[in-house]
Amino acid sequence: MKNCLTAIISSLMIFSPMAYADKWSDQFPHIKATGDIPGDCSYEKMSKKNYKGKTLKINTHAVPVMGEPTALHAEQFEKLTGATVEVTHTPAGDLYSKAMVPFQAGQAPYDVVFGFSNFINDWKRYLAPVPKKYMKSKEMKDVTKSHVGVSSWDGTMYQYPVDGDRHYLKYRKDVIDNPEYQKQYKEATGKELRVPQTWKEYAEMAKYFNGWDWDGDGELEYGSAEVMKKDDLMFAAFFSRSVAYAKNPRTPGGFFFDLETMKPNINNPGFVEALTDWVEATKYVPPGGTNFGLGDEIGSFGGGQTLFSFSWDDAFIAAMQDDSPIKNKVGAAPLPGADKVWNRNTNSWENQYNQAPYIVWGWAVGVAKKSKVQEMAFDYLCFFSNGANHQADLAIGRFGVNPFKNSDFDPNIYINSMGWDPEIANSYTKTLLDMEKSKNRVFPLRVPGVFEFTSAVATGTSKALAGQLSPQEALDEVAKEWEAIVSRVGKKAVQSAYAVGVKMEDNKL
Amino acid sequence: MNFKHKYFFLFPGLFVLIGILIFPIIFVVRLSLSGWNSYNPGLDFIGLDNYIRLFTDDPRFWESFFRLSFLSVTTVVLQYVIGFALAHMVWKDIKFKRFFRVLFLVPMMTTPVIMTVIWRTFFHESLGPVNDILSNFGFSPKWLTDPALAKLTVIIVEVWQWTPFMFLLLLAGLLSLPKEPFLAAAIDGASPVRKFIYVTFPLMAPISIGAIIIRLIEASKIMDTVYVLTSGGPGTSTETSSFYIFIKGLREFQMGYAASMSFTYLIIMIISLTIIAKVLTKLLLKE
Repeated sequence: MKNCLTAIISSLMIFSPMAYADKWSDQFPHIKATGDIPGDCSYEKMSKKNYKGKTLKINTHAVPVMGEPTALHAEQFEKLTGATVEVTHTPAGDLYSKAMVPFQAGQAPYDVVFGFSNFINDWKRYLAPVPKKYMKSKEMKDVTKSHVGVSSWDGTMYQYPVDGDRHYLKYRKDVIDNPEYQKQYKEATGKELRVPQTWKEYAEMAKYFNGWDWDGDGELEYGSAEVMKKDDLMFAAFFSRSVAYAKNPRTPGGFFFDLETMKPNINNPGFVEALTDWVEATKYVPPGGTNFGLGDEIGSFGGGQTLFSFSWDDAFIAAMQDDSPIKNKVGAAPLPGADKVWNRNTNSWENQYNQAPYIVWGWAVGVAKKSKVQEMAFDYLCFFSNGANHQADLAIGRFGVNPFKNSDFDPNIYINSMGWDPEIANSYTKTLLDMEKSKNRVFPLRVPGVFEFTSAVATGTSKALAGQLSPQEALDEVAKEWEAIVSRVGKKAVQSAYAVGVKMEDNKL
Repeated sequence: MNFKHKYFFLFPGLFVLIGILIFPIIFVVRLSLSGWNSYNPGLDFIGLDNYIRLFTDDPRFWESFFRLSFLSVTTVVLQYVIGFALAHMVWKDIKFKRFFRVLFLVPMMTTPVIMTVIWRTFFHESLGPVNDILSNFGFSPKWLTDPALAKLTVIIVEVWQWTPFMFLLLLAGLLSLPKEPFLAAAIDGASPVRKFIYVTFPLMAPISIGAIIIRLIEASKIMDTVYVLTSGGPGTSTETSSFYIFIKGLREFQMGYAASMSFTYLIIMIISLTIIAKVLTKLLLKE
């Protein structure tokens, strides 16, 4: 009888998916919530590879954002395959040059290089295209169409998808949905307290809830946490505020430039209106908020200091972690829109509601064309983003890994394995999914010399935020600089590269 | 007699000199005549285009240079005054002299970037302890987000970090001074103030000039403090030449243009530091 029972239990352990999962999650506690998930790069599959005696060199971001999961999965990969993986951590601002300098010198000190998806145009000639084997993998088939597009250049994938990024609105649900505050706000302003539909509403609510203790924790709270620190991704925050005013679905052919003439749109009234709003926003950010980088923004909203925030997922995930004081008190919604949108063909405002998602650039990773261990490098990347690792990474805000697979939009993942309130999980996944479905999206600028363009935006907008220039003057300066960059790089080179992004925005790719 | 063999002995030294000093400068000059950037790598030849752009179409570089001049002169003057005062204090026979000598050197021995991160936390306007304390007295200065105060914050951090270096040089100078002039002054009944003005300070003049010049050279390269504290902001109010060159070279990858700025900056610094050294020598060593 005892032997019979042992045999039944053993059979169950071998053949049941749960037991199969436990086998790997015992060794790798990171995936304890799901166990191994079958796929082409699962733990099971990777354990059959033998890379003993081979070394993989990786340059990634500093710990924790992306740097921590890179190192963690490198360690797991070593245990499974016998490979040696050397991980170098580099600050975000230096990721580009640390890969680019050896690339241009014809060297490949790193087999795998992490960076951002908008590096693709400058990096693609030095990266190996993702081989067909991986393109056909179960994991890759799950990647959303927009993120396949972000990782590819004109149909060829150069960056292996490990992260999905977009900007959306995060708000304190316990305030916005609070009937007492709704009544109080109505009495004070005559307006509804609701998830802001426009940037003007956002500003009004942020100002009202600025500088007093509205959650009763004994500390002052503020209106909004935003990335406003010069050269610290602030250009992306500015574009998020600009899309509603300047991305007109009735004027295809370029958000950043007019594709035909390559004349910059950056100083048209749509962008100027957005920058005017942003300058106004300096009045409702926490003290020192105009020097907030992304880390400060995550800490501020995630720590319960502000009513609103908008940018990447990280602040939202940080707020929803188990150790957060505001877990299940936050909501996700699309970026606010505007009651008017600029029409650059007629040179006039169209007085109708407009909203546009910003599929912002995010973490991306490629394999050096000159790497001598390309197969191992792609195996590592495929393993990095396999089902089990990806789901576990999603739950940890500081990892910086955000949804980019169709399966990520199932709210049950967040309800069952992360303990999210079902309503919040549903609004989160719906917000992300709606962005995927939108036909009025803006994609990141991916043209040669992209850093020159974004750096000019950071300099110009930061001068406006600091009061050195008016919004119009600041953006005129940016437009002048953009024209000079186009002239230096070559109009045709920028135009042909920009056309690829415009095709995506105009839903033609 | 044939002395040609002397060149053989000079060769190793010359080779090292060319390798580590001359070659990088020549390479920077060559790079500055190219359009090397992210989309056009390589040493092509574009003549003086980068220099023309720098002198005719880049006011930001010149603004950053004048800002740097202000910051470096201010910080070095403060470092000199404080460093001299501290050195003078521990030069005398005071209690715990050795302890203070070591204590005053501590800031210089810390890692600048790490210390700047700590200073940034101190001056954080909503979470930092400085405003936490000052708010009890009704003040909440915008240390990092007001253009004028951001400059002051950079100055505070720089002075804190590098005054010990000035202290060290000046203390070494004080310890090496001859005793006779001080004995003569004491016999003449000179007060401590007169002794300082007429004996100590003039005797320290050569060392002071050296220390000021060394610190000015270092201060003119101020980069890490600005990078960590403000990223050159708010706006461009704390952007210095080296930080601007860093942005153009390693952020925007305009290597050719950044090289032209570096070389121009080098020439300006050589000329201005030579003038400053001559002026200081004339002023302090007039007798």
